[in-house]
Amino acid sequence: MTSNLIFLAEFTVIRPDPGTVFWTTLIFALFWFLMSRFAFKPIARALKERESDIQNSLDSAKKAREEMTHLQAKNEELLALAQEERAKILHEAKMAKDTIIAEAKTKAKEESHRIVVNAKTEIEHMKMAAIIDLKNQVGTLAVDIAEKILERELKNKAEHEQYVSELVKDMKLQ
Amino acid sequence: MRSTLFTLFLVSGFLVFANGQEGHGDEHQQDTAHMQDSAHTDDNHSACGCHHDEEEFPEYNPTASAFHHIGDANAFHIVGDIYIPLPCILYAPDHGLTTMLSSKFEAHHHGNGEKAIDRYVLVHGEVKRVADPAFPMGEVEIECISHVMEMHEGKEVEEPIVVYGGTCYHLENRSTLDGGVFGGGITSFYDFSITKNVFTMLLVMLVLFLVFRSVAKAYTARRGMAPKGLQGFLEPIVLFIQDEVAKPFIGAEKYHKYLPFLLSIFFFILSLNLIGQIPFFPGSANVTGNLGVTLVLALFTFLVVNLNGKKNYWKHIFWMPGVPAPIKLILTPVEVLGLFIKPFTLMLRLFANITAGHIVVLSFVGLIFIFGKSGASLGGSLGGALASIPLTMFIMAIELLVAFIQAFVFTLLTASYIGAAIEEEHH
Repeated sequence: MTSNLIFLAEFTVIRPDPGTVFWTTLIFALFWFLMSRFAFKPIARALKERESDIQNSLDSAKKAREEMTHLQAKNEELLALAQEERAKILHEAKMAKDTIIAEAKTKAKEESHRIVVNAKTEIEHMKMAAIIDLKNQVGTLAVDIAEKILERELKNKAEHEQYVSELVKDMKLQ
Repeated sequence: MRSTLFTLFLVSGFLVFANGQEGHGDEHQQDTAHMQDSAHTDDNHSACGCHHDEEEFPEYNPTASAFHHIGDANAFHIVGDIYIPLPCILYAPDHGLTTMLSSKFEAHHHGNGEKAIDRYVLVHGEVKRVADPAFPMGEVEIECISHVMEMHEGKEVEEPIVVYGGTCYHLENRSTLDGGVFGGGITSFYDFSITKNVFTMLLVMLVLFLVFRSVAKAYTARRGMAPKGLQGFLEPIVLFIQDEVAKPFIGAEKYHKYLPFLLSIFFFILSLNLIGQIPFFPGSANVTGNLGVTLVLALFTFLVVNLNGKKNYWKHIFWMPGVPAPIKLILTPVEVLGLFIKPFTLMLRLFANITAGHIVVLSFVGLIFIFGKSGASLGGSLGGALASIPLTMFIMAIELLVAFIQAFVFTLLTASYIGAAIEEEHH
């Protein structure tokens, strides 16, 4: 066989033939339509949905974290405020206590003073009454004695004297 | 990762073997009828016949073998004389439509049919036609398919012929759209058959549709859950095209409209590239290494780009703003040419890369037959195989890479062209 033999050695792939062009056009157009309609569009949509889902989740997590930080700060603030309030209340209570105690002390003093004064006055009154009573009794006694003396005098002098001394002897200061 | 690569190499090694097995003895010279004597006379109707004194070990022609294996066919070769028939839809302007299964040609030896139907015959799995009106219509038994040597522009070229009733008839190829530039042209018939390439495209479309439909359903069924299985495998690829190709080149606001097209282009090309690397059924069809296919894909890109072109885009093509008028006169033709050169390069790049890869693989496999003298020397075959296997494995690994790169590049450039076409004015 000769060296330049190219029996059927035809480079057919470089010749676009109408059949191939026709079928490729038809098949690719159909492929494009089917894949777009039933595969790529739903997939792209699902991917986009998922992307936004993930983004939303991340965003909400971030928001929640921020909120938490915010809440924490607020709590701390509240706590500080409460502590301050407590301190204030305690202070006020102490003040009130002090005032009450001081007042009570003053009152007690006054009372005791008043009681003492009253007692003194009472004692004075009682004393006065006693003295008056004594005076009255002495008066009565004196009158009695005088009466008895007068009765005796009429009988005997000696007897009088004895009697007086007896009387005096009997007379006891009550 | 390492074990995956190792497995990959093992598998590709097996594929090479399978390819070699298939290729063995599948050569074109065995049933030549040795018509040299009659060929030198230009008379096609001279008495001629089939000599069935086939050489046991005909000379191996690596070019013919490679070109045959990357070409399209009307039947799916499985092994030996077993073919999966494909539907033939043939149209001859002088006759009309002929439809049948390619099994009707009764292809036995090397895809050569034993029957002629409406002047159509099957030669190496490819439908050809007798243009001569003297040849009978309908189904006829032919004597053989052979070839003659003819002088063409000072070069001795073998022309396929069919022998019927002791007469040789010239065979015509199907019509092609290259206008004779690459040896084709409009002939007496058009082939709209479901060829190997068309069958593979239909298969890829069906498989991809089922796969992506189930993935799309998984997104609905597993809403709010992490991706799983097939969904988890494909999602990074889809996201890669979306985030690294569509968004940066088209823009985050407008990419939605074009994403399905970009994904369709990407997965269609990628799947065809990958299935084309499998050397046996359902692979072996060189789809993306066929200029007709890449032409259509580039045409889709051309249409999508230019039908969506904004005012600003057309202004930059026909009357470039911001440059002096004389320069505009020079720029306009350049830009208009660029309009067509862009898809043209898309078409050529994909075609050339895939075809080149296949030819290199076939050449390395061909070493086995060259060293083995087409089977005459077993030692030579073994030596050839020893040299061929690692080389083929290496090229196949590279081709695997190229399959992804070319699908990616086509998609990326498409996205960048769309991006340029829909860009709003900003100065």
